[in-house]
Amino acid sequence: MKQKQPHRLPANSQCITREKTVQFTFDGKKYIGYEGDSLASALLANGVSLVGRSFKYHRPRGILSCGSEEPNALIRVIRASSAEPNLRATQIEIYDGLIAESQNRFPNLKLDFLSINSLFSSLFPAGFYYKTFMWPASLWMFYEKIIRRAAGLGKVSTTDKDTDRYEHKYAHCDVLVVGAGVAGLQAAYIAATSGARVIIADENRQFGGWLLTDNDFNINNKPALIWANNIINKLHLMPNVTCLVRTTIFANMDDNFIVMAERVTEHLSQPDAHLPKQRLWKLRTAKTILATGAIERPLTFSGNDLPGIMLAAAIRSYIHRYDVLPGTRAIIFTNNDDAYYTALAIHQAGGFIRCIVDLRDNPKSFIITQIRNLGIDIRFGHAVIAAHGVRHIASVNIAKYDSKAAQPISNIDHIDCNLLAMSGGLNPVVHLHSQRKGNLIWDERTACYRPENKSDDWVAIGAANGTFQLARILSEATKIATSIISKLAKNNQRLEMQQTPEMPVSDEAKQNWAPLPVWSIESAQSYISDKTAFVDFQNDSTVADIKLAVREGYHSVEHVKRYTTTGMATDQGKTSNINAIGILANTLNKSITQTGTTTFRLPYTPTSLGAIAGRGIGSLFDPIRTTRMHSWHHSNDAKFEHVGQWMRAWYYPREGESFQQTINREVHATRHYAGLLDASTLGKIDVKGPDAAEFLNRVYTNNFATLPIGKCRYGLMLKEDGMVFDDGVTTRLAEDHFYMTTTSGGAAGVLAWLEELLQTEWSDLNVYLTSVTEQWSVASLSGPNAKAILKASMSEDTDITDDFPFMTMKDSFIAGLPVRIFRISFTGEMSFELNVPARYGLALWSHLMRVGKSFNLTAYGTEAMHVLRAEKGFIIVGQETDGTVTPYDLDMSWIVSKKKADFIGKRALARASMNEPHRKQLVGLITKDPDMVIPEGAHAVIDPNKELPMAMLGHVTSSYYSPNLKHSIAMGLLKDGLNRKGQTVFFPMLDGQAPIEAKIVDPIFFDKQGDRLRG
Amino acid sequence: MLKIECPFCGNRNETEFSCGGEAHIARPLAENKITDLAFSEYLFMRDNPKGVFLERWCHTSGCRRWFNMARDTVSHEIIEIYAMGQKPKTAIGKKAFLSNWRRKSKAETASTPIKRTAK
Ligand SMILES: [Zn+2]
Repeated sequence: MKQKQPHRLPANSQCITREKTVQFTFDGKKYIGYEGDSLASALLANGVSLVGRSFKYHRPRGILSCGSEEPNALIRVIRASSAEPNLRATQIEIYDGLIAESQNRFPNLKLDFLSINSLFSSLFPAGFYYKTFMWPASLWMFYEKIIRRAAGLGKVSTTDKDTDRYEHKYAHCDVLVVGAGVAGLQAAYIAATSGARVIIADENRQFGGWLLTDNDFNINNKPALIWANNIINKLHLMPNVTCLVRTTIFANMDDNFIVMAERVTEHLSQPDAHLPKQRLWKLRTAKTILATGAIERPLTFSGNDLPGIMLAAAIRSYIHRYDVLPGTRAIIFTNNDDAYYTALAIHQAGGFIRCIVDLRDNPKSFIITQIRNLGIDIRFGHAVIAAHGVRHIASVNIAKYDSKAAQPISNIDHIDCNLLAMSGGLNPVVHLHSQRKGNLIWDERTACYRPENKSDDWVAIGAANGTFQLARILSEATKIATSIISKLAKNNQRLEMQQTPEMPVSDEAKQNWAPLPVWSIESAQSYISDKTAFVDFQNDSTVADIKLAVREGYHSVEHVKRYTTTGMATDQGKTSNINAIGILANTLNKSITQTGTTTFRLPYTPTSLGAIAGRGIGSLFDPIRTTRMHSWHHSNDAKFEHVGQWMRAWYYPREGESFQQTINREVHATRHYAGLLDASTLGKIDVKGPDAAEFLNRVYTNNFATLPIGKCRYGLMLKEDGMVFDDGVTTRLAEDHFYMTTTSGGAAGVLAWLEELLQTEWSDLNVYLTSVTEQWSVASLSGPNAKAILKASMSEDTDITDDFPFMTMKDSFIAGLPVRIFRISFTGEMSFELNVPARYGLALWSHLMRVGKSFNLTAYGTEAMHVLRAEKGFIIVGQETDGTVTPYDLDMSWIVSKKKADFIGKRALARASMNEPHRKQLVGLITKDPDMVIPEGAHAVIDPNKELPMAMLGHVTSSYYSPNLKHSIAMGLLKDGLNRKGQTVFFPMLDGQAPIEAKIVDPIFFDKQGDRLRG
Repeated sequence: MLKIECPFCGNRNETEFSCGGEAHIARPLAENKITDLAFSEYLFMRDNPKGVFLERWCHTSGCRRWFNMARDTVSHEIIEIYAMGQKPKTAIGKKAFLSNWRRKSKAETASTPIKRTAK
């Protein structure tokens, strides 16, 4: 297939491969480009200049730049695996079959219904969102529908998963060089020759930086690119150097922790299946050299956002790198010398320079003379005051401009054109410097903010440092790299600095780099409006917006930024920030320095969430813990629930059984025969040492010093604020040895807290803590038949079931397995908690189920466990408590020692506020309708017919149907609840359901005397 | 991300550590009766200075040992790391310790067993 690319020049560049044509699709239409083209260069070659609609006003927008700073050409790329929005056309590399589409248009680019927004730009002034959200509420209702359609940039798939693979990589190096332009290459080469481990990374597809664009200079008497290619080849061959292309360093963090995103396969048509789409590098470097270059500033004038208006150096790049001439009749609008090189490039490529409009009055330099000698019309002291055109620039107004009075004075000229190259000076890319809170200095001579290099960790060189001339860049890079290596070599034997590093010699500077800062071109002409003089192209903020913000009282640069949303889009104001500060300074009649700057934050460019997540998705997001009995639960059709990271058997439905039927059966069986629960997830901590008893005495509210060996005791643990933190049974194994259990979810927190106390508060105590949760498997055997089953599971010589009182512990054997048995109960039935070394868990469980068969032994899950304990009024920490509940609130004053001199939480419990009336207290609740189960979390009121808002008494913490009692039971925390027993409360329901009526009762619903659990 | 030198393991990434907040908050003993107000200085009041801060850190994903750190909350510079139970040794750290309001607080005074003077 042969297709014309009307703007493609004869073959000249080495950046694209003319032999390899590439077919791609943009907005449904097929185009041809060459290997090495960016989507932007290929579209320009094909004469496509309209590539998007602006965010607020849906104005037609074209390609402005040729790098990652691009604010306009945001593109969605669609692949079989995923679709990614907001990619910059200037960075997308075309490949065969690429499908790309424009954004923010409806129904299509040429005809966009929402572009009527631009006719009503007074509807969207500065602070539009704030004003709309603030007052009156009815205005928001009116705008909401419009905003919801218009807001947001790009479109993500809401249904399809991103099936691409992303990975993380960790690395260390001595020197990281960010950017592989002339400064970065020279610095990396010097660092590398010392033996240092060097990583040099560039966000573009090839090294060389601006030398790929500007090859008019010589280094060592040869074209600069020959010097660069030589260095690049050497770096690639050095084993201590890692060269990374398509890699954006987007975060510079404390202690030189660097994060970078490497785009590994995005540019490929058929990526290798084993390669990730992106690789996120987490890097720790000794030194960072920022050679990130500079970004050109647009000029601000009416209509400066029309397609066909581009940054001057970007046009030069399209000509020299991609053999593309974006327009044939060009206006150059500049305040500095650099744009004259663009004029030269356009002229040499066969384009016609209509005229050069230079804001400066009478500048003199080599390049200006050279251009003048070509017979090109140059107008000094002039300005473009407006650009005109429909969907593309067609003409401009030019006038003599008084830069002191900041206004045009006379003789407005009207000139037609189809390309405008603008240059407002250069901004060093200081983002990575700013991310580390590096200071910026305003340089009057070069009219830019450059970094103040005073950190020991990183240093900016070259254009990133405000050094724009080749000879100076080379000497700066050499000097800085040498000094960094000398410092590193002091503490590092591996490094050895060459005595005299090679210093490349370049031509004398030809440029007179002194831009004349004019932040906005304004005029009283009726057809010229500051409402179409765009400062931030991506967020559609204009000169008028900044002025309005100032009129409305916003003077701080940070406030104006947020109020006008200048610099707050995905490009973070790479092209707009300094212009905005300049306009603000003018409006406030202040200097740039007095006005100040905003802070650049990470990431430097938008970074895919997939890259940040890496492999930590799906089942790798968080570990799942299973017990040793898991396979039994699984093969017996258990449903599971997540308890922290644990997966616990929730209930074991039989065929045709509903959830409630299953729970009723499991609860009933445990109360009448026997039940077996997998309790392996209980937190278990081994507490050992001469001071173990003293330690436990200090962390529990009750007394543990007096606990006899072989006996178990329930303990309540508070935090220092007196609130319940955890509970569990602790057993004394020896004089200096205890076995503590905690809640399943709280185990890690309890261990950390106890360790903290031992290390930071009571380092004089000789106690050692070991988590043994994973060392033991636990089966809890419970019910009237429990003792008989245990007896039957043991041989005669290991039978210890006789003379085994409640709250004691014995060691024995079951089927040859060593077992530690605790006679404790969480169901209210006679229970034995059987602990075996973890690996015997399944053997123990299977043995018990086999033996228990003739005793009607039933496996029960966590849901039945909850019902069983609720029937007994046993609390669950984290369910009945929420960090605001004291033991007194739980009516558990019996467990708070009054004799102990001190324990954690003791003093706090004595605070006046802890003993105030109307604290919420734990009570039981029985519904009037026995079948009605109150939803957990429901709020109680005294009279449901009172006016809203009603005073609420408290809420339900646990609520179940009790198959043993044949009615629903609940617990709740109610204000002054202990004094309200016998009263009636109501629980209003949603959706017009009648309020649920319930009586406040004691929370122990079953076997109040505890005869069953003692046996 | 800070690089923190654990006294037991050496240089590690900040993500391996957890910050335990302000250091040198002495726990008043229950035997020393203090007012609710004085106790609240121990229980609730935490400093949040701009500048040097003495704080506790734990090498959570490493040796799980606690230690103290003097850190500048503006520059993030770690001024010194010292053992639990010790006081800072650098001049900056010492100054931060001695000038802290807690040194005069009733809660701190009540952290050592003081035999109440007989009337
Ligand atoms: Zn450590």
